[in-house]
Amino acid sequence: MQQKDVLPMKPEIADKQLAAKPVITGSEAVIRSLIEEGVDTIFGYPGGAIMPIYDALYDFQDQVHHILVRHEQGATHAAQGYARSSGKVGVAFATSGPGATNLVTGLADAYMDSTPMVCVTGQVAAALLGTDAFQETDVIGITMPITKWNIQVTRPEDIPGAMAKAFYIARSGRPGPVLVDITKNAQFGEFEYEYKKCEYIRSYRPIPELNQDAVTAAAALINGAKKPFILCGHGVLLSGAEKELIALAEKAAIPIGSTLLGLSAVPVDHPLYVGMLGMHGNYGPNMLTGEADVVIAVGMRFDDRVTGDVGTYVPNAKVIHIEIDAAEINKIIKADVAVHADAKPALAALIKQVNPAEHAAWLEEFRAADKKEYDKVQHAELYPQEGELKMAEVIRLISEKTKGEAVLVTDVGQHQMVASRYYRFKNPNTNVTSGGMGTMGFSLPAAMGAKTGTPEKEVVAIIGDGCFQMTLQELGTIHQSQIGVKIVILNNNFLGMVRQWQQLFFDRRYSSTEMVNPDFVQVAKGFYIPGKKVTAREDISAAIDEMLAHKGAYLLEVVVEKEDNVFPMVPAGAPVSSIRLE
Amino acid sequence: MQKEYTVTVYTEDRIGITNRITIIFTRRGINITSLTTAETEIPGVYKFVITVMSTREKLDKVVGQIERLIEIHRAFVHEEDEVVYQELALYKISTRSLHTGDIERLIRENNARILTITADYFVIEKTGHQQELTDFIKKLEPYGLIEYTKSGRVAIVKWSRRFHEHLKELHTQEAPGL
Repeated sequence: MQQKDVLPMKPEIADKQLAAKPVITGSEAVIRSLIEEGVDTIFGYPGGAIMPIYDALYDFQDQVHHILVRHEQGATHAAQGYARSSGKVGVAFATSGPGATNLVTGLADAYMDSTPMVCVTGQVAAALLGTDAFQETDVIGITMPITKWNIQVTRPEDIPGAMAKAFYIARSGRPGPVLVDITKNAQFGEFEYEYKKCEYIRSYRPIPELNQDAVTAAAALINGAKKPFILCGHGVLLSGAEKELIALAEKAAIPIGSTLLGLSAVPVDHPLYVGMLGMHGNYGPNMLTGEADVVIAVGMRFDDRVTGDVGTYVPNAKVIHIEIDAAEINKIIKADVAVHADAKPALAALIKQVNPAEHAAWLEEFRAADKKEYDKVQHAELYPQEGELKMAEVIRLISEKTKGEAVLVTDVGQHQMVASRYYRFKNPNTNVTSGGMGTMGFSLPAAMGAKTGTPEKEVVAIIGDGCFQMTLQELGTIHQSQIGVKIVILNNNFLGMVRQWQQLFFDRRYSSTEMVNPDFVQVAKGFYIPGKKVTAREDISAAIDEMLAHKGAYLLEVVVEKEDNVFPMVPAGAPVSSIRLE
Repeated sequence: MQKEYTVTVYTEDRIGITNRITIIFTRRGINITSLTTAETEIPGVYKFVITVMSTREKLDKVVGQIERLIEIHRAFVHEEDEVVYQELALYKISTRSLHTGDIERLIRENNARILTITADYFVIEKTGHQQELTDFIKKLEPYGLIEYTKSGRVAIVKWSRRFHEHLKELHTQEAPGL
């Protein structure tokens, strides 16, 4: 009810006030734009050229939580982990010059792995652009090939439009990282603020129209197939098409193999799930790719780690490629039927036209291959009785104790492959790893991002001793922001994957791969993070229990077999059928 | 098989768009032999005409990756017989040679024309395909060619009607502000 003692405004003044847009600084506009886009978390690091934005942020601390990282690379990986586990756009802030160049690895990683991320960088004042001013760097030029889009903003009034476009582009179609570089004068300048979400850019078609003829052609191929095989990629998760994919597989009894980034789209214990594709994937899906007569590739891009020798890949199969990014179709493997579409509607349409089928003999081939791999490789890896601890048994225990429900954040190398092979994922978006780029040092910051994005979930980072030392300063962030991640270092005192290659392909010439490591538990202790080191088999189970029972961050160092190899393995560039079990 | 192709790219008017396009060729080690760009009949829409020596297979992928860029409307690869094209060359000749009778005939026979004449030199303009333009250099050399310069290619695509109608339709929609 209107208070009596307040005089009603003259109508013309009231109209004007209603119509008036607030006059604010560009910096405040950045923060308000983020809030408009639903952002409540930023990973960043302040510095000269972005100070006005940080100053504006000070007034919005109740709405936007800023996590101060220890290195800008950490901000990008944290934003990636946040995006991958929560499905929201990750946001990172950095200053100009070195702050901006430190984003490069994370941007490239997010670009390769289709991760929605918006990075905001400060830049020197527009008048100084091009003059080699202090901390000036051409971040637009540098990041052009590794961003989905980038833009430099030099006027405050352009900020809302740029931010709206940035979020629209980052999250639509095939997601990717976007960088918005804002000059200091644009941050300081004032203007009449108004925010309009971007929903359309005339030169950009993020969601292709589903071609029904292609769907019909794909269905015809599947209906005629004797040995159909689904290759499930990251696009299935990005599209939220897990249910449709499984429904299609179940309707026509089609086995599903997964790429590294497709892991967790299909529960590992699903009867039609047959394992991981590629270099260190499972025996069956690699060998039997060669026997399949119809391959249904969904949201994947035939990375060379998946295909091995392209010339001999899927030699007997007609290929159906369901892919949202036209540039990926026919890039590596020629599609007999290309379905240029978002996976979810494409699969939904396909299910209707696919006939129920049974492929008992074909599925039996996978089971037989699986048994062969289990007998020759997995059993000894998962249940060793003697010798040093093995990575696989540690992963098995973590998988059992977290019931396959944790968000597993892995780094790059042997431990990554072992974790990806043996963790029994149950729920979508619980596998966070650096796939395309293979960025060592990814997982510690990515895990803190994942935990921030999905605080209700257990987040376990599996890290090699080499990888850990690339970004271990983020322990400081984990402590300061009280991020309850569980950190497991699988320590073999080697850069294990490189050493494995040296052993197998370089005559055991271990050039610069042996590590003399610090005391990791002491390092964690220095950051006020409790931890434990385990070397004996009889201690590992209790140590994992203790870690998982601990409230808050915890570091578990597990000393594992020094010269263990990951098998199966497809040698680089070799046909996938040449997969070695030993 | 490697041969010369014409690539056309239709873009929004945006700082850095040339760089965005050319780095995609660079990544695959494809050398751009000429590049011309100008606004089309649709205000705000630019057309790049790029010539390269490469293979069809490679270029189809390049064009896909160019089209993926946000500010690109479309990109196409064209075989020689799909485009009508011209290049323009200027030739700077010493004015002394004007006194020899042959040069006038040479200009006429080659459909060239004189753009300007000064006391020292004169400038001839000729349009045509690259080979014709370089052949003309040889013919002019005896007259004291001082300098030769040539534009990139401009090309009209034979089957462009529908696409240009599409572009005109786009024009009725709002151009990006940034």
